[in-house]
Amino acid sequence: MNYTRGLSASVSFLLMIQVIVNGATHRLERPLDVAALVARLELSGKRIAVERNGEIVPKSAHRTTQVADGDRLEIVVAVGGG
Amino acid sequence: MSDKFVVAGKAFSSRLLIGTGKYKDFAQTRAAVEASGAEIVTVAIRRTNIGQNANEPSLLEALPPSKFTYLPNTAGCYNAEDAVRTLRLARELLDGHDLVKLEVLGDPQTLYPNMPETLKAAEQLVKDGFKVMVYCSDDPIQARMLQDLGCVAIMPLASLIGSGMGILNPWNVQLVIGAVDLPVIVDAGVGTASDAAIAMELGCDGVLMNTAVAAARDPVMMARAMKKAVEAGREAFLAGRMPKKLYSAAPSSPNEGKIAPSRSKAA
Repeated sequence: MNYTRGLSASVSFLLMIQVIVNGATHRLERPLDVAALVARLELSGKRIAVERNGEIVPKSAHRTTQVADGDRLEIVVAVGGG
Repeated sequence: MSDKFVVAGKAFSSRLLIGTGKYKDFAQTRAAVEASGAEIVTVAIRRTNIGQNANEPSLLEALPPSKFTYLPNTAGCYNAEDAVRTLRLARELLDGHDLVKLEVLGDPQTLYPNMPETLKAAEQLVKDGFKVMVYCSDDPIQARMLQDLGCVAIMPLASLIGSGMGILNPWNVQLVIGAVDLPVIVDAGVGTASDAAIAMELGCDGVLMNTAVAAARDPVMMARAMKKAVEAGREAFLAGRMPKKLYSAAPSSPNEGKIAPSRSKAA
């Protein structure tokens, strides 16, 4: 019983990843590319830019860039400013 | 008369650059920008609100990038790395747009530029292919260093950001103008129309402002006033002011042909 519970917990752990988006932690199911993450956050079609672990992910690479456990992402927009 | 403002090889008719922060709403932002006649508008880059107001209007809808030249800034960055990352995000966001405003701040009380970090960031950004307009101290030596690094415009503060204190050190602004071959734009400190005119009369190529317009009681009217002030100051500079005569007056009307005096001349 305990053995099974432990197993299922670790299987689910393997399927889930934890990423930090704009400073907040999100637990998400893998596999996940940047485009899917953007869709999950309801930002598809919005004018945004994505940085993953300090590097820009160009729009053209959103579908081919996998999000990995522990990634830190920044998703930005243009706002009013001087 | 063609008197274009040229920066990074691009010509503009307006010498007034306007910030888009601190307005009541996007409608007011747009009305003020249009009244100012500005063609270049600064914007900030910030984290998007996740899961909130999915249909919130965006600045890019109010001020379409097809109509205005965006100048993304690095406001709020206190080191070179953050500034470089912010502008790389801006370039990605704006489809490869490479004209940017670099500002690396020293502390939140003064928002005075941190010049060592500014120089470091400028060097990296130029290497990355950015066209860097740079907020800096009114120091002619560091202005020249920024020019040597390959920046496209030097933008000294005239007084603290958002202070509205005006052109506190016109001599230094002129030293900066004399020190570089790049456009010099007063960035920060303008409080009212006469400040903008003074900056232009000193020989600046342009003025960048935000709070002076946004925090006016009537931002749209102030934007219009600033447009006129920048144009008036520019024309006064080009016209060449009369020399100042210290301690002596000179009548504007002829001395000859006056009617006979009724009394003997004053001593």
